Amino acid sequence: MSSTIFLDENLSQISLLGIYAAMLFYAGAFVVFALNLSRLASENKSVRESASKLEVTGLILMWLALAGHAFGVIGRGIAANRVPWANMYEFSITGTIVAALIFMVVQQFKAEIRYLGTFIAGFVTLVLGIATTVFYIHVKSLMPALQDYWLVIHVSVAILGTAFFNIAAALSITYLFKTAKWVNEPKGALAKSPAVKLVKRVLELFPTEKRLEQLSYRFNIIGFILWTFTLIAGAIWAERAWHRYWGWDTKEVWTFIIWTIYAGYLHANATRGWNGKRSAWLVVVGFSAIIFNFTIVNLFFKGLHVYSGL
Amino acid sequence: MASSQRSNKEDGLKAASPESPAIGAIAWLRWIWRQLTSMRTALLLLLFLAAAAIPGSLFPQRSADPNGVTTYFQQNAQLAPVLDKLQLFDVYSSAWFSAIYILLFISLIGCVLPRIMVHYRSLFAPPAATPSSMKRMPAFESATLSQKAAAALLENAEVLLKKKGYRVVRNENSVAAERGYWRETGNLIFHISLVFILISVGIGGAYSYSGQRVVVEGETFVNNLAGYDSFSPGIAFNESALTPFSLRLDKFTAQYDIRNKQNIGTPLDFRADVTSLLRGQNKAVSSTIRVNEPLELPGAKVYLTGNGYAPVITVRDGNGDIAFSGPVVFMPQDANMTSIGVIKVPDAKPEQFGIAAFFYPTVAELKSGAFTSGFPAPINPLLTMNVYTGDLGLDSGIPSNVFSLAVHGLKQVAGGKSGVKGIKLEIGQSAKLPNGLGSITFDSLKHYASLDVDYNPTQVWVLVSALSALFGLMLSLLIPRRRVWVKRTNAGFEVAALARGDDPNLILEVREVIEELKPGNQKEPA
Ligand code: HEM
Repeated sequence: MSSTIFLDENLSQISLLGIYAAMLFYAGAFVVFALNLSRLASENKSVRESASKLEVTGLILMWLALAGHAFGVIGRGIAANRVPWANMYEFSITGTIVAALIFMVVQQFKAEIRYLGTFIAGFVTLVLGIATTVFYIHVKSLMPALQDYWLVIHVSVAILGTAFFNIAAALSITYLFKTAKWVNEPKGALAKSPAVKLVKRVLELFPTEKRLEQLSYRFNIIGFILWTFTLIAGAIWAERAWHRYWGWDTKEVWTFIIWTIYAGYLHANATRGWNGKRSAWLVVVGFSAIIFNFTIVNLFFKGLHVYSGL
Repeated sequence: MASSQRSNKEDGLKAASPESPAIGAIAWLRWIWRQLTSMRTALLLLLFLAAAAIPGSLFPQRSADPNGVTTYFQQNAQLAPVLDKLQLFDVYSSAWFSAIYILLFISLIGCVLPRIMVHYRSLFAPPAATPSSMKRMPAFESATLSQKAAAALLENAEVLLKKKGYRVVRNENSVAAERGYWRETGNLIFHISLVFILISVGIGGAYSYSGQRVVVEGETFVNNLAGYDSFSPGIAFNESALTPFSLRLDKFTAQYDIRNKQNIGTPLDFRADVTSLLRGQNKAVSSTIRVNEPLELPGAKVYLTGNGYAPVITVRDGNGDIAFSGPVVFMPQDANMTSIGVIKVPDAKPEQFGIAAFFYPTVAELKSGAFTSGFPAPINPLLTMNVYTGDLGLDSGIPSNVFSLAVHGLKQVAGGKSGVKGIKLEIGQSAKLPNGLGSITFDSLKHYASLDVDYNPTQVWVLVSALSALFGLMLSLLIPRRRVWVKRTNAGFEVAALARGDDPNLILEVREVIEELKPGNQKEPA
């Protein structure tokens, strides 16, 4: 660790091209998936048949995007001579590739979540757009506190947990739309609006409410286990780097808040009157806290975790 | 479906029927206890706890950022005392935050203890009896069977379910089976571990200490209260907890990137080479402390938390006598280690004076003519000084900050607007001070390290409890708890199953059992 490492900014710029290419493909996949949904809706198909042509096109675009994305992430890692998740730009590109990869693997086995492709492709395009324009920084070496194998463990598990929470949040949001009053029993002007009708049609294509709730729970429990591990690994690392395992640093506070919200969510699922909509809202609140933790807390709050690199 | 098995006690509200005052009071207490240990209360308290933690990230906290609190008070003189009354600078030890988590843990214990009893009993109880109406179970399938095959059905079912890890009871006409007891065990381990985390954190906090000390190269630090610059003990700390050892900083090395253009000056490594000596052991031990590699001594860990420069300076007074000599600790102000320091010479004759100094490890000149540092390592070090005369206030006995010079009331005699140029010294150079105050020499340059000595006796217990919580959590969330029944009917047989909590594969399990028990998949009885 102590010898000077070689940072390859040229390679980093080339890896950025991979990310740009990935954005293009993700955006393409988003459009194709969205077209597919509206097609299915307009054809009034009640049951989802085997993958349509459009859907297959979208999936191919997703794989192409993943290839470019992987090139971008790995290239960045080689350029920086370390794991590519030490600042916000790197955390964004690595976090999104994990989310997209999990989605692509799971949809191979569970076709019913394929509809999420629209959300995932859209979300990843958006995050990559922000990452390349706002968060991008030149490759930098790590400050001594970050030169530790705990960086690899703690952050990689946090990324994985976030990816699971991310997919669960998409499922719960779909659930909330599906159960929303204005969709199911629209009143007044809404009742006549063709837009509401279309939304209702599109939502009918998705898994049933019960299924959405179950799937979200599945993803959330995996996310929660990983998050618990992140919390413990973070404390172990903090003990080595900051000489105390817990000090209510702003980032520690938010990790704790997120953990507690999801613990509340798990309880909600076992409490009468709290499953269904309320627990779905807790998922939305929990995932919002994760986004908040990653953006606002990183950029504007004072604390020891000043690793955004910006 | 599975909620009937959960310790959901929200229906217990009717229990309170005040007949006589005494019974009324007991009934009320009972009612309160039921409410407190209900699942809904636990859920609400968890959400309250999450919400109550938020202000601690919005306002600076005394425990994590005491300077931030001071600054906040200066900048918001009106608001700060009000916030302080509400304990918003001590959120995590505040009355309201504590109230929430204490209630939560009372609720947790009240909830978990009875569940331990119930679970213990269930471990020795036979699987739940076969329901009379199998169809009403959440997972159900049936199949037809020949008379001959039906004879061996229950036998086969028993073998199959045992192989699948079920606890099985065979009845006259059916088989009842249950598995996944580890789910509840895991859940209990998880919740109990949380209690242990809380207890060990509490005990550890009480007996712990944390002390800070700045050590210049060549200096030795002895582990006693006087040896620290600042010290924060837990409430039950006793000075005898300080293990006797001494530690000398032999050498401090900082390495910065000079190779990669975008990265110039970024620290790559800090290392403090130290020699430690424990009482009773005559052998001194050499070791290295790095940022993520504390030195573990018996009863304490020594961490490297900061570093800086300590120029070695000799001051002679107007009489030519040495009035000050030694390293002066400078505070770094930026990433390139532009540092400030103060030299106070109260004993100088004929007149006491103070010096406010800047240190630039690699000096560079800005367009404005002001100096700055261009690189954090001492490639081209320069010391610049302003000199003040007047009462330094050291004789009054009021403790004063060694890192700042209260220039108010002092007279500037060199540098700034004094009309006399400030003093500039490179290593080895000397300069005369104005007004016959004496002279000053920049003898050499040393590094210093900020060390943090920490002791927390229960740290390991917190870790063990946390890992056991994680272990219990995984069991509880990943192991399915299932009841399966196989029942003989006139036409064939039925299989039904019930799960606790969410179990997406329950129906698959039922189908598998059906498949396996169909003739052809089973050996016909001989
Ligand atoms: C510090 C407070 C608490 C935390 C952090 C917490 C956390 C959790 C978590 C993460 C789970 C899901 C994992 C599992 O099933 O093991 C859970 C489940 C559970 N908790 Fe808690 N809990 C707390 C307090 C309580 C209290 C006070 C009660 C009693 C009212 C309680 C009763 C339960 C029950 C019955 C389950 C199982 C739910 C199910 O069957 O799915 N917990 N808890």
